[in-house]
Amino acid sequence: MRKYIRFLVPLMIMLMAVMLSGCGDQYFVLDPKGPIGESQKDLIWITVLLCAIILVPVLILTAIIVWRYRDKKDNKSAYQPNWEHSTKLETIWWAIPIIIIAILAGITIKYTYDLEPSKPLESAKQPITIEATSLDWKWLFTYPDEGISTVNYVQIPEDTPIRFRVTADQAMNSFWIPQLGGQIYAMSGMAMTLYLQADEVGTFFGTGANFTGEQFAKMTFDVKSTSEADYKSWVDNVKSSAPALTDEGFEQLKQPGSSDEQFFSAFPEGLFDKVVLQYAGPNGAAAHEHGLKSGPVKDEEGGSHDTSSTEGTEHSSHAN
Amino acid sequence: MFKDLMDFLMNDFFITGDPLILGAQVSIGLSTVAIVIALTYFKKWRWLWTEWLTTVDHKKIGIMYVIAALLMLFRGGVDALLIRTQLAVPNLEFLHAGHYNAIFTTHGVIMILFMAMPLMFGLFNIVVPLQIGARDVAYPYLNSLSFWLFFFGAMLFNVSFVIGGSPDAGWLAYPPLSELSGSPGLGQDFYIWGIQISGIGSLASGINFVVTILKMRAPGMKLMQMPMFTWSVLSSSITIMFAFPILTVTLFLLFIDRYLGAHFFTLDGGGNPMMYINLIWMWGHPEVYIVILPAFGVFSDVVSTFSKKKLFGYKSMVFALMSISFFSFFTWAHHFFTMGSGANVNAFFAVTTMLIAIPTGVKVFNWLFTMFRGRITFSQPMLWTIAFIPCFVVGGMTGVMLSVAPADFQFHNSYFLIAHFHQVLIGGVVFGYFAGLYYWWPKMFGFKLHDGLGKWAFWLWNIGFYVCFMPQYALGLMGMTRRFNEYNFDMGWQPLNVVSTVGAFIMGLGFIFQVWQIAHSIKFLKKEKSGDAWGEGRTLEWSIPSPAPMYNFARLPEVTSSDEWWEEKQRRAQGVKPKPLAPLEPIHMPKNSGIPFIMSVCFFVAGFGFVWHWNWMIIPGLIGVGCCLLARSFDYDTDFYIPVDEIERTEAALKGGR
Repeated sequence: MRKYIRFLVPLMIMLMAVMLSGCGDQYFVLDPKGPIGESQKDLIWITVLLCAIILVPVLILTAIIVWRYRDKKDNKSAYQPNWEHSTKLETIWWAIPIIIIAILAGITIKYTYDLEPSKPLESAKQPITIEATSLDWKWLFTYPDEGISTVNYVQIPEDTPIRFRVTADQAMNSFWIPQLGGQIYAMSGMAMTLYLQADEVGTFFGTGANFTGEQFAKMTFDVKSTSEADYKSWVDNVKSSAPALTDEGFEQLKQPGSSDEQFFSAFPEGLFDKVVLQYAGPNGAAAHEHGLKSGPVKDEEGGSHDTSSTEGTEHSSHAN
Repeated sequence: MFKDLMDFLMNDFFITGDPLILGAQVSIGLSTVAIVIALTYFKKWRWLWTEWLTTVDHKKIGIMYVIAALLMLFRGGVDALLIRTQLAVPNLEFLHAGHYNAIFTTHGVIMILFMAMPLMFGLFNIVVPLQIGARDVAYPYLNSLSFWLFFFGAMLFNVSFVIGGSPDAGWLAYPPLSELSGSPGLGQDFYIWGIQISGIGSLASGINFVVTILKMRAPGMKLMQMPMFTWSVLSSSITIMFAFPILTVTLFLLFIDRYLGAHFFTLDGGGNPMMYINLIWMWGHPEVYIVILPAFGVFSDVVSTFSKKKLFGYKSMVFALMSISFFSFFTWAHHFFTMGSGANVNAFFAVTTMLIAIPTGVKVFNWLFTMFRGRITFSQPMLWTIAFIPCFVVGGMTGVMLSVAPADFQFHNSYFLIAHFHQVLIGGVVFGYFAGLYYWWPKMFGFKLHDGLGKWAFWLWNIGFYVCFMPQYALGLMGMTRRFNEYNFDMGWQPLNVVSTVGAFIMGLGFIFQVWQIAHSIKFLKKEKSGDAWGEGRTLEWSIPSPAPMYNFARLPEVTSSDEWWEEKQRRAQGVKPKPLAPLEPIHMPKNSGIPFIMSVCFFVAGFGFVWHWNWMIIPGLIGVGCCLLARSFDYDTDFYIPVDEIERTEAALKGGR
């Protein structure tokens, strides 16, 4: 039996080590560079601590009980084969998890409303809108404000809220930049809103997080956060030097296959909305009709209103 | 004509051009030939038919479930090792993307539906009637049908590996990827029909065990005197009854989409893929509780047996089981907090998910206090139980972390999630069913499994588990998402992936030790004669010989306590005279039937036809199913009585054997 305890201790140390070493810069989730990711990191640590209140005593108790009451002839500890109930004890261990879960539930509800992804970030600066479209198997980014477009590459100015609008052409995907904050699903026929912001300059890892088929693993991209001036000059540079994305070019881009980073100085007007609405024909279902009635695109935002919407036609009430 | 046929066979029917699959085809072919030759040579065909294929005996059906589940564990395990090998080295060309996607899909489906479920039904079958003092389940014929539907469903799914192509849209097959637009191949149809056919069997089993437990208990056994495993089976079966119809309907709608061009979940024509995702998780979440609840039952029985002490907090345990199965239906949306349902929905489902932690936590405390002031012996079942507690508590904790909706936006679909559910499914379900198998093995077969080899297997599995899955939590926090078939070297994911792969192979080694253990124990078979194999049995199954005679109990026992056999032994030790034995009476038993087997074959034929859109196969298959239903309806010769003198002879032989 000693073997077992000897095994358990290093195990826990190993686990702790893994968790603690999480401060290293490879642990994106624990090393956020933006306000959303920062709050999520705090929340994760609060959860860990609350859970540890139960976890640690239970592990210690298990080791002690298993050791103390092992079946040995000279074991002098108590043996009560018919002791099967104690109202006092059972009340205690119904109460402990209830209290902890109640606390955690309160915290969770508060954070759920605070971190609702479609809620605009507080900032003196106007948010920049970037539209992300999941194609088979690459990400197309369109910048409606700047009129440029990229594939598998995003550049953003630091300290500026970014309003990502996310959709998918085909299979469902999920849009995730771990160091900036949590992900949101990319779904065809819907435009999801996700506010993120980078607090510093740097290059961050971005990825698709929901399986989309054969070359799903190729759907990673870099997010480069730069100073506002660098961002502006990058936009100008793309505008002056890159080719334009045409309708035919987009059709080609849609074909299944992976892609390197690409840059375009222009893209067809309303491309993102066209992708969102492509399946809403005359026989479209109610969900799509909602979208048609309320403007070019239905934002799937779950109840919270997007007050900073730059397009006046956009309707952001809860679609369900 | 012949050339066309050959073209079809080589290009469309059989999967060709992949050495791994060719190897599988050859080995499947060779082992089939070997089995046929062996059966013919030893003249065992009749034996196979009368003793096994047509049996309605719950003990034999249980054994067949266990064998099938262990075979599937092997297949699913090989899938797992292939996945881990591919991920050990960045940008490895071991499996190409399509193949990798097929393998993680089949790994998931097989492990949950064709490994965990049949292993669970195997334990249900072997144990429940014996624990409640019954002679069989309520519907023995239906029970046999359930098994064969599961078996042929599983075979239909597995055959896609070598014929037609494996499904590759993930184990829950989210549309639009699983629709014709995303998966034009046949794999997805094999997926639908394999799961549909076995799903009917699962639903029937769920109903069967609810009725068995409610109606077939021995005289005197009140509900609150049932052994805890039986309670867990009841809660799990009730959950099956409510959850499996959802699965059947969901997959049927997907089938109509694919087969008849409907638009339930398609992109165009007004379809809505989100509907599928809601529906599939309304089944999928209860499903994981369906498999974990019986494991809780096993742990409860094992922990009290090997602590030589009554189970602590019986009423709390029952309440916890039932509340888990109730709440399991109100948590499904936590699988897609990131789908933009809004804060109201997310907050609701986050809280309902956390609620589950409360009864589960209480159960852990009750297990601990069953051991407290007991006398713990470290038999093989008990080892798995003790290993389960820390493993499951950590897995439960990460589950609570995932349930915190805003934090889940960072965990979702990452390896953190993968590590979590493997920790609760291996640490909980697999450890639990292993504990149950070791515990009831002597009851099934009349001999114990070798101790030393079992301990090797135990340590290999345990060490392998932590080495494999702890790094995956870290990988999740490093941004590695699930279902990546490759990654770049500069991500820094490689070291932990290598560690994880090593762990997976250690677990594989553990499995080999278990196979060796079984073979070794059969070769050096030591007959276990007492019936109460562990010497500490508490419930009714230990009061009868091992393996139990076909009628289980010559006389139905009178029950007054939840630990009836333990109390009986106490009474005998105190010299209380046992009650005089009632005279034997003829025992009413169900007759064997070949119809379930034949009907399931017909289902298989029809399913295979549906996959290939071959009406010439679908129609005869369905007609066959219909004929079997009719034949059964007009079959009045379904039962018989075992005469008293035969019971006497059997009992005498069993006593003589002791």
